[in-house]
Parts: sequence; structure tokens; C-alpha cells
Amino acid sequence: MAKVKESPWVLHYDGSSCNGCDIEVLASLTPVYDAERFGVVNTGDPLQADILLITGGINTQNLSVVKQLYDQMPRPKVVVAVGTCACTGGIFKECYNILGGADKAVPVDIYVPGCAARPQSIIDGIVQAVELFQKRSDEHDAAVAAAKSGTQAK
Amino acid sequence: MSPIQIIFPILFVILGPFVGGLMDGIDRKLSARLQGRIGPSILQPFYDVRKLMNKQVIGVNRAQYALLLSYLLLMIVTGLLFFSGSDILMSVFVLSTASIFLYFAVVETGSPYNTIASNRELVQIMAYEPAVILMCVGFYLVAGSFNVPDIMQSETIMITRMPGFFIAFLFALAVKLRKSPFDVSTGHHAHQELVQGIKTEMGARNLAIFQIAEWYESALLMGMVALFIVDRRPLSFFFGALLVLAVYLFMILLDNTAARIKYTKMLKIVWIATILFSGLNLLVLMLMR
Repeated sequence: MAKVKESPWVLHYDGSSCNGCDIEVLASLTPVYDAERFGVVNTGDPLQADILLITGGINTQNLSVVKQLYDQMPRPKVVVAVGTCACTGGIFKECYNILGGADKAVPVDIYVPGCAARPQSIIDGIVQAVELFQKRSDEHDAAVAAAKSGTQAK
Repeated sequence: MSPIQIIFPILFVILGPFVGGLMDGIDRKLSARLQGRIGPSILQPFYDVRKLMNKQVIGVNRAQYALLLSYLLLMIVTGLLFFSGSDILMSVFVLSTASIFLYFAVVETGSPYNTIASNRELVQIMAYEPAVILMCVGFYLVAGSFNVPDIMQSETIMITRMPGFFIAFLFALAVKLRKSPFDVSTGHHAHQELVQGIKTEMGARNLAIFQIAEWYESALLMGMVALFIVDRRPLSFFFGALLVLAVYLFMILLDNTAARIKYTKMLKIVWIATILFSGLNLLVLMLMR
């Protein structure tokens, strides 16, 4: 089982957020908090991402975008919803165009509450996501190994 | 063939990626420290590649994998040619062939980001190639041969006779190592206007292969830098290592202090530097003969 948790690459997607959480996500990468010390890279490329970080709620227009980003990410992958809007829809929940939290589009693993979510809690969410990422990776490796031995038996 | 011509290529094939990866790690750590951050571990690039090898492979098509493997193989062949003491001009040409395979691996995906980035990659090759080839000419004029052992056996320390070629080669090196301000096709830092540039459609295993090839390339280019000092005296290897260290630290400093420029400006700057420094140096060497 390869150790993958030292290198979590994050893809950040901004749904219909007020940009408060996005600023806090970027603040996590600044010298004060420095998420890169855990190996976190804020990549803009779903093909290279391990953790999908969603801020803001899901509306009718970005539903398909979030789904596509999730599908483009290679397994194993983890989804983190950052902020109250991404968790439930938050203050925008009653709006005509808002469908709800990020879990309306993709299966969310970690919910980070807060309006806006503080960098400390975002980094805590990422660290929990990293543990889950390692677990998923082990399961993925086991599944691949099982599939390989299965084809050899045939 | 002397034993050193057998030991060096073997060391390159085995240690090349480790040296290149460590250089990458030192780069990331030092860049973080320059920005007032703690930064990742020095071994972070190795962690990244280990993770990439364990991800699900989503390739755009099979050709990309084959072309990237060719890029890696040709990079190793270039290193073998150089470190086994063959023709330096030959190894430079094989290096260009490797770059062309990288170009094919990028352009055949057809994605808009990759199309723009691959064109920029070609412009980068155009920018640095004259400086690199003129450097080989300079070695020939001073040592009387293109062969690496002959250059090392020469009486003079190369950098004293060809400082202009060395400065022009530094410009080429900044382009080749993808350092700011010349990182137009892809960069080490996240988020540029082309997402990841030429790396956009590379994921998992393919990106790992690309990364390892880049490590080999860094190790090879640093070998070329050392050739400016190294001769048959053992002490010169020490000074060669010092020069490599100084050049690499300068590249990291440049990367962190310069902003990316347009590719047209990059082409102008690198070519003017090449004509100016290499040209003057070439003139002086021709007149002195």
C-alpha cells in the first residue's frame, strides 16, 4: 500500500459563493497558515487533483459543471464542502435558483461549516480529507490488485 | 574508453532522477522560505510522483503515454551520450529531439490549453537553441574538439575563455528549467492563464513520467554547467560543483523575483542576449586564433 497522503493536490471550485470562503481558502496558502507544508498544491487541473474543494451553493447553472469536474478527477478522490453555503445552501437556500449544498451535485465526504469558514477549520477539513484520501487509496490499490489476480486466474 | 566514461553514465541513469528530484525539492523549500512560509519537505517531489503512480490512469489517448515514454527515453539517451564522453553537439541535437517528442505528446491531445502551450513550447525551443548550439561552437574553438573528454583534457579552464557563452547559456538554462520570467509554456507555480500549460492533460502516471524526464534534464543541464570548469584536475570537480550550486541558487532567486513575460518578449530577450554575449565572445575567440 503506497503512502499517498503526503501529497494532496486540491482543486478549488467556487460555486455561487459570496467569495468570503474563497478568500479564506486562499488565505490557507499564505505565509500565516501555509497549507503547502502538508504538501498541498492548489492545482487548477481536475486531471491532477485529489481533493475537490467546493465553496458556495449549487445553482441550476453550475450543477453540471461540478458534476463534470468530479468525473474528470481520477480515483481515489475526496470531496470537501467549505462554508455554510456549500454544506446546506446557507443564506441563499430559499433563492429561486439555488438547489442546495454541494451534496446536491456530488457525494460530499467532509463538511467544513462557518460563514465564512476560518482558515484553521479549512486546514482541519483538509487534514481529515487527507486521512480519508489515504484510506480510499488503500482500497483502490486492493481493488486493482484483486482485479489483476482475477484476470490472471482466468 | 577510460573507467570514468563507464562510471559516469551508470551514475547518471541511477542517480539522475534523485539529483533532479532533490534539486526540485530544494527549489520548493527555498522558494517557500523566500516567501516567508515553512514550505514542504525537501522530499516532496518524490512523494508527489509516488502518489501519481498510484492514481487511476485517465489518459486522453494511448499515444500520449507512448510519446511521453519516448521523451523520457531520449532524455536518458542524451545524458548517456554526454556523460559517456561523446560529441557534445550530438547530445544537444538528441536533446532537441526529446523536446520535439514532448511537443507531440502535448499537441496531439487537441485541447485548447495544450494547443496554445505547445506553440509556446516550440517558441521556447527556438529561443534557447541558438545559445546552446553556439556554446558547443565555443567549446570547439577553445578545446579544438566537440568531444567531452577532449574538452575536459584541455589546458584552459573553459569559463575563463568563454564567459560570454556562459552568460548566454544561463538565459537558455532559465528557459529550459522553466523558470520565471521565461516559464511561458508551463510553470512550477500553480495557476497561470493556461491552467497547467503543457501539463494540463497529463494526469497520474503520465505526469509522473514527465516529472522524471524533467529531473533527468535538470541533472544533465547541470552537468553541462559543470563542463565550464571541470578539467582533468580532481579539485576542478569541487569547483564545478560550486558553480552548479551558484547557478541553481541564482535560478531560484530569479524564479522568485521575476514576473512572467510574454513569449514574444522572451524570444527577443534571449536572442539579443545570445547575439550580444555569445557573438562578442565568438568574435574575440576567432580573432585570438
